[in-house]
Amino acid sequence: MSSEGDLLHVVTADDISDRRRAFGKVLIWGSFGFLALVALAQSADRIGWLSLGFATWRPVLFAYVLWAVCLCWAQVVIRGEQGKRVLFVLPAALFVISMVVFPLIFGLGIAFSDWNLSSPTGRQFNGLDNVRQMWRDPFYWNALTNMVWYTAAILVEYAIAFGLALLLNAEIRARKFFRVAFLLPLMLSPVAVSWMIGKSMLEVRFGPLARLARWLGWDNPSFFGSPEIARFMVMAMDAWTFIPFMMIMILAGLQAIPKELHEASRVDGASSWRGFWEVTFPLMLPASITAILIRIIFKLKIADIIINVTSGGPGGATDSVTSFIFREYRDRSNVGYGTLLAMVYLVFIVIAITIFMKLADRWMNPRY
Amino acid sequence: MTDAQIFHDSDLDRAHKAKWFASRLAIYGVLLLWTVICLFPIYWTITTSFKMAPDVMQGNMVPFIDYTPKWLGWRSLGLSPDTISAESTVRAEFLKRFMNSTVVSLSASSLAVILGALAAYGLSRFSYRFGFMRNPDISFFFLSQLILPPVVLALPFLVLYKELALLDTRIGLILLYALTVLPIVIWIMRDQFASIPTELEEAALVDGLSIWGAFLTIILPIALPGMVASFILSLVLTWNEYFFAALLTGSNAVTLPVMVASQTGSQGISWWSMAALSFAAIVPLIVIGVVLERYIIKGMAAGAVK
Repeated sequence: MSSEGDLLHVVTADDISDRRRAFGKVLIWGSFGFLALVALAQSADRIGWLSLGFATWRPVLFAYVLWAVCLCWAQVVIRGEQGKRVLFVLPAALFVISMVVFPLIFGLGIAFSDWNLSSPTGRQFNGLDNVRQMWRDPFYWNALTNMVWYTAAILVEYAIAFGLALLLNAEIRARKFFRVAFLLPLMLSPVAVSWMIGKSMLEVRFGPLARLARWLGWDNPSFFGSPEIARFMVMAMDAWTFIPFMMIMILAGLQAIPKELHEASRVDGASSWRGFWEVTFPLMLPASITAILIRIIFKLKIADIIINVTSGGPGGATDSVTSFIFREYRDRSNVGYGTLLAMVYLVFIVIAITIFMKLADRWMNPRY
Repeated sequence: MTDAQIFHDSDLDRAHKAKWFASRLAIYGVLLLWTVICLFPIYWTITTSFKMAPDVMQGNMVPFIDYTPKWLGWRSLGLSPDTISAESTVRAEFLKRFMNSTVVSLSASSLAVILGALAAYGLSRFSYRFGFMRNPDISFFFLSQLILPPVVLALPFLVLYKELALLDTRIGLILLYALTVLPIVIWIMRDQFASIPTELEEAALVDGLSIWGAFLTIILPIALPGMVASFILSLVLTWNEYFFAALLTGSNAVTLPVMVASQTGSQGISWWSMAALSFAAIVPLIVIGVVLERYIIKGMAAGAVK
């Protein structure tokens, strides 16, 4: 039995009769056979061998759901008590597998084809053409470089978030008010933010921030005119929404540090500056790395603000990969090329995150 | 007798006090500055929704002093006092989108919390073996979904949903949203279940409950704060989601963010109505944020401290 490592030791006397076991097997394979049958009939209908009048692939979906339910049920029938435990994880696992793994494999198929959804010819396999096109596409590489910049901005966000968390952790009054106020930007939808800030407050003629800029001596403020400033503005808006997120995670870490450590360092004569760098900061490393990692993951999905405020402009300077693919699809409705770009992006992300985690791991547990 | 003061503050102490005072001032100054940075856009949106065109041009800020508030923006949504009783196509449209957003985010969060809580409980209590995968591998499999950027799934799902006639339906969005928040739910819930001692279940099992009975009647009520936290966090994320909604919906299942985004492009920008619309879209979340702040913080802090 594989239940050696169980935290809960339960001894159950399951005597499952052979008939019951056979019934469970029949459940699984019967429903699977049904699924295969429906899928076959549907494919035949699609190719044109039969005409059964299926308008969509929904019957296959229903057959699949039926099979999934039977699979869960059969676990209990065949394995009794042990099966009931599998039932905890199995639904979620089936859900994720059918929603992620299957579309990913399907997506790999799309990635190497020329498929314009609006054209009548449908899907055309075109080998490595998409890869070649990607290799020559300056806008895609530009978007990737932008992602590096956007990710680098996390360091600044982290510094600000850390500072705010330190302030919130200090002895202050009205802490709850400040916490709620600082948290609010996170609750707002990026689309609303892109209108509220990007389109209205940064409006050149009478947006309040443009007025402020004029008052500060910038005669002709244009926030989305030059590439650098536009990119900075996108970063700033994204930071505005997500700084609370890092702040809360760091604050939680700060509150977990026992007070005695600070007292001890003060008794030993450390100034608060040294106390921060030599006590607080090192102790905060694990929490910081988690916060930064999660922030990176969220940052890599950045799209809403860019799509709605700059739509990638000026000249692709603010494009993120996601917004670029979004526009690529919107303009040409070519699913194949967009999917390939997304797949390549996924590969880059997996490599980068793995390296980051390895580095973080080595840095945190140095081997001398 | 005032001269006969026995204890005098030495100069050093006074300097200390001044320093303390200065540091207080700096702390509250920074805090207030950041509060303004956080709240001003919200304030600006609320006030703009009550402005008329000249007020916007002149940059009037404070209602009742700089300008007299008018219901202009809300009238264009059909939500001002004088139009609320009349028929209004704009309001009907807005309410439809609002309902879509509500239904989609509530159902997706519930689905994710149910699936995620079960999986997290199983992973925290029993050891599994699916092929070569042990418990840590299964956990990693679930959590690794977090790094999957939505754009990778978007186009395959577009094609799949088209074939399955799920495009532009709420069900399609619900399934996809549940998938995107599932890793977060599992993360928070795993933390929550790990903090509950197994003796509780052992006692329940000895008393004759089945394992599912023990889970449903003993453990779930204890884990409720974690479930609420993950539910709220999922709610926030799914309510705000724009990318999938923009790709996968066209007319029926359009959610609020898509509606807001589509208004910015068309018909020039009438600031007051956009402000009213944006504000109406963020109000539910502001309320949630203020009322349930405790749970949100708990949810986000779950992963931070290990």
